[in-house]
Amino acid sequence: MSGVRVLVGTRKGAFILTSDGKRERWEISGPHFGGWEIYHIKGSPADPNRLYASQSSGWFGQLIQRSNDGGKTWEPVGNKFVYDGVPGTHQRHDGTSHPWEFKRVWHLEPSLTDPDTVYAGVEDAALFRTTDGGQTWSELPGLRGHGSGSRWQPGAGGLCLHTILLDPINPDRIYGAISAAGAFRTDDGGKIWKAINRGLKSEYIPDPNAEVGHCVHRIAMHRARPGVLFMQKHWDVMRSDDAGESWQEISGNLPTDFGFPIDIHAHEPDTVYVVPIKSDAEHYPPEGKLRVYRSRTGGHEWEPLCNGLPQRDCYVNVLRDAMAVDSLDSCGVYFGTTGGQVYASADSGDNWSPIASHLPAVVSVEVQTLK
Amino acid sequence: MIRIVLPTHLRTLARIGAEVQLNVTDRVTQRSVLDALEARFPTLRGTIRDHVTKQRRPMVRFFACEEDLSHESPDAPLPDAVATGAQPLYIVGAIAGG
Repeated sequence: MSGVRVLVGTRKGAFILTSDGKRERWEISGPHFGGWEIYHIKGSPADPNRLYASQSSGWFGQLIQRSNDGGKTWEPVGNKFVYDGVPGTHQRHDGTSHPWEFKRVWHLEPSLTDPDTVYAGVEDAALFRTTDGGQTWSELPGLRGHGSGSRWQPGAGGLCLHTILLDPINPDRIYGAISAAGAFRTDDGGKIWKAINRGLKSEYIPDPNAEVGHCVHRIAMHRARPGVLFMQKHWDVMRSDDAGESWQEISGNLPTDFGFPIDIHAHEPDTVYVVPIKSDAEHYPPEGKLRVYRSRTGGHEWEPLCNGLPQRDCYVNVLRDAMAVDSLDSCGVYFGTTGGQVYASADSGDNWSPIASHLPAVVSVEVQTLK
Repeated sequence: MIRIVLPTHLRTLARIGAEVQLNVTDRVTQRSVLDALEARFPTLRGTIRDHVTKQRRPMVRFFACEEDLSHESPDAPLPDAVATGAQPLYIVGAIAGG
């Protein structure tokens, strides 16, 4: 019997929503780690019962939790994130230099093949890795050591490494994205990184075509076609067909091309989902209507999906890590809002229904398809 | 015997009750008490003070005997009443919204 497990991180704890393959009835467990911010919770592709959660608090700092039974029980593992060597400085919003200072883990990306190996994207932006199930963490300093590091500036949410994509075909290739530095790629397992921002144009920086400084919000990759990337930038939805070497805008007929998440249909590599948000100054949907937009053509042409979503007086946001898909035959699409709703569609986005309505503000949504 | 009262979140994390009792063989200071606390409950490492610098996290406070000891040197002796166990050392999450 197939099933789905939705892992939801919120401002005040983690919740796990489960259903069978029909995805009609849902059970909610939680809050796990009640009162703590859960920036991200994700399962290992190599062992679906192995979950990792980033638990943090302004009072008590960062913790990493691990589950070996699909989220029924948890144990804290290592929480020591120390930058490699002398960290150097990056820029603050005001242009002054500031030493790298660890604040929290934004994103956990488990290895595709080893349940004990996990990558962690942190603020201030850097990439860490564990190979012992989270007990110890070491920085891969090549990313932060990219020659541009001293020019990186934080986005409004902080200088965070929020996207980590592991190439399923080439294990030495990893993509990372940082607000507000841009996108980076390594082809040697993390030693040397290259900025891959050519084609991005950001009017909010002095040189709109600069090598770094772009506020990339999220990148998505389909596992069957890892050289094609889709990006939701601060403004603009972008596409690369050459592993990030160059980008083209595909915003097309979107009502606004500002937004945070972007994701791809599990079985259709050219079917892409975004959630347009009115503007960077108004973090809510245009016209008070919550609409997911879907392109079945790899961009440019977008259609609104609104069946089952609130179409008046809706002023929530959908954050960058708060959208995911399952891989059942009829692809399920899921997203969470800052209003505490989690919406699901079992038919590729045609129809939606809330599967949780009153959670704390949702920060992240991940989905596990259980066969 | 040193008595320590932890905030709710850290009690949950360490799976302990309202009050912890510890033997501290060295001179009783913030540092020696926290060293003993973290040795007994390793999951608390990094939550009260930084892993490396050992600096108190900004929104954690140390109270005892109706005094705020947060800004005392970590190597200053704690009050006799704490050292003898007559009074607990309170480790408190600062009131700061949320």
